[in-house]
Amino acid sequence: MSLARRRALWAYTFILVPLAIFFFFRIVPMFQAFYLAFTRWHADPAQRAFVGFANFQRLLTDTRFLQAVRNMGFYLLIAVPGQVILGLGLALLLQAIRRGRGFFRAVYFLPYITPAVAISWAWSFMLSPHLGVINAIFRRLGLPPQPFLTSPSQALPTVATIVIWQFVGFHMVLFLVALANIPRELYEAARIDGAGSFGMFRYVTLPLINPTLVLSLVLATGSPTIGILQLFTQVLNLRFYDPGGPIGSTATVVLYMYQAGFKQFDLGYAAAVAVLLFLAIVAITFVQYRLTARRIEG
Amino acid sequence: MRSTLGRKVVGVLLGMVVAVGVFAVEPVTIVYWQYEFATKVAAINELIRMFEAENPGIRVIHETFPYAAFAEKVAAAVPAGVGPHIVNLYYGWLPAWQRAGYLQPLPEEWFPTEEIEAEFAPLIAAAKMDGRYWGLPTAVRTLALFYNIDLFEQYGIQGPPETWEEFLEVARKLTVWRDGMLVRAGFGMAPDGQDHHLVREVLIRQFGGVPYSKDYRYVLYASPEGTRALQFYADMALVHRIGEPDFPFPGVAGYYREGFNAGLIAMIIDGSFALGTIQRGARFRWGVAELPRLTPEGERHNFASFWMHALTPRAKGAELEAAAKFLQFITSERAMELWLREVGELPARLSLLDRPELLADPIYGPFMRALPYSHATFFVDEARQRQIMIDAILRVIRGGVPAAEALAIAAAEEQAVLDAFWGGR
Repeated sequence: MSLARRRALWAYTFILVPLAIFFFFRIVPMFQAFYLAFTRWHADPAQRAFVGFANFQRLLTDTRFLQAVRNMGFYLLIAVPGQVILGLGLALLLQAIRRGRGFFRAVYFLPYITPAVAISWAWSFMLSPHLGVINAIFRRLGLPPQPFLTSPSQALPTVATIVIWQFVGFHMVLFLVALANIPRELYEAARIDGAGSFGMFRYVTLPLINPTLVLSLVLATGSPTIGILQLFTQVLNLRFYDPGGPIGSTATVVLYMYQAGFKQFDLGYAAAVAVLLFLAIVAITFVQYRLTARRIEG
Repeated sequence: MRSTLGRKVVGVLLGMVVAVGVFAVEPVTIVYWQYEFATKVAAINELIRMFEAENPGIRVIHETFPYAAFAEKVAAAVPAGVGPHIVNLYYGWLPAWQRAGYLQPLPEEWFPTEEIEAEFAPLIAAAKMDGRYWGLPTAVRTLALFYNIDLFEQYGIQGPPETWEEFLEVARKLTVWRDGMLVRAGFGMAPDGQDHHLVREVLIRQFGGVPYSKDYRYVLYASPEGTRALQFYADMALVHRIGEPDFPFPGVAGYYREGFNAGLIAMIIDGSFALGTIQRGARFRWGVAELPRLTPEGERHNFASFWMHALTPRAKGAELEAAAKFLQFITSERAMELWLREVGELPARLSLLDRPELLADPIYGPFMRALPYSHATFFVDEARQRQIMIDAILRVIRGGVPAAEALAIAAAEEQAVLDAFWGGR
């Protein structure tokens, strides 16, 4: 065996180990979830009855699930553009300054690496309608105090804002890297051609950071860590005894799935939610990819 | 040569293993799971020490998990054939766990139904399904009014309120609003704490209604009496302004209890399980009283609950026998006495419930005296039914929905939950 082949063989061997882990702990459970979605859950595998689409039919008439789906629409509308646009804005601002850039970068990135549970508790303190610091500031500014997380109409936008605040630093770093990779000559050429700041942003920056923009959008929408469609920890912890409240106004699909699975021990039903969520993430990501990737490059 | 020697060594070792297996009595090992709660963990450890000393042939492994992860661990472990032989669960989870095959009924030979019903407090009937008992508790809990004695004295209030009218009067005196902000609540309203029980099993009954049919299969609270009860509770925030739900911080477990400990709340309604946290956390004199009633002679009602020890399908043969023995031990009078001392929860056996010294105890007394008039709601889906009542309360307080309408919405949703459960059996 030649040296090159032996090397390749070694490489494949090493790749195989993580691949096996990935296969058995990610791919296999995914297919298992698909299977479970069509069964009535029982601890004893022999007693799991196949129920066809019954779990899915139940979902379609479950008002609490439908409320969570509606909430997801609002979360998507507020928090995805919020994260991406603010992330890009911050990156552009940071790129324009020299002094203290590292400091600001660290400050904006900090919430991203802080545990979501700690963030939720801290915000729950700060947003207390009566004793929180935010309303104290509002009062100083002469603004009326707000109920925030205790109000069925304000709770969702409040949670979305906290999520934006938490993840905006992540998107900012993505965009900073993308901006740093744009050759300076392009800006100089554009300037010579008479382009203003907006023109340079529209015709130079935006097309060149398009792949990052698409990535940022896709991650903000559906990724397990920062994806809005998988929002869970914050919602669970901002109202610890009434997660998803008040009156279900902040409930998310993943929270619903968690409650069905681990509060009601109805894992077949929870798996049906997981399958629908999976399909939704795939579909939305696909649409996003097609739309954003085309429009900006075209 | 080497291989022959190797074979000899292996042979000798195998022989030793077989000999040990034949002559030594292999202890039966069983696993007990509960969620992490310091005093409960210490009490079970102590009980295991006592049990193992009396039963040298049985070894009990005690494993605990944070509360938030507990059900997840059980959900995953039992189907995989690992995890506990005995598991501790909230009684309201029983129907869901039983339906999903996570539990086995208590064997009649060691736990005769008649004996259980003769010896345990009647409310543990909530652990009975399909004519069988699926677990037994060491302790039961009821609700009571906790009040800040220092504050009461400061405002010249003599003792805890007896009636709801007195309660409102006291709470109004102790509530402090400053610049439109609630600085101290006279009452710590917590619909998502114990107050959904308060409305469901205490207020509705005191106002002359019944929350459910006797067998808990039909929702009956959407009635004029139920409406008056819910309105009465909501008015604490809307009219009397003695408190607000979520005060002081909704993101913290037991927020109203912590608010009470911090002196931000003058009175709360909480379970006997809160005693430990309040004993450790409150830096002032505090007292416990039975829940108020409508008139000085009015009916008393209370909500009782319990955590029970149940057997999982993993317990079979010798392990089942050992697990049953351990379960008998931790639900014995001895264990209950230790539990009351160490954890502060009331004993579940009738023989311990009428002790004069306990009934007269300033702390345990109000909880103990409440047991005879307590109701343990039979939940078929505790998580969902709890949520439905919390939402009904918040719809009135936060959503401006009339109490009758909020109850009608709740009743329709909860009846559907009950129908789905009983219809699927």
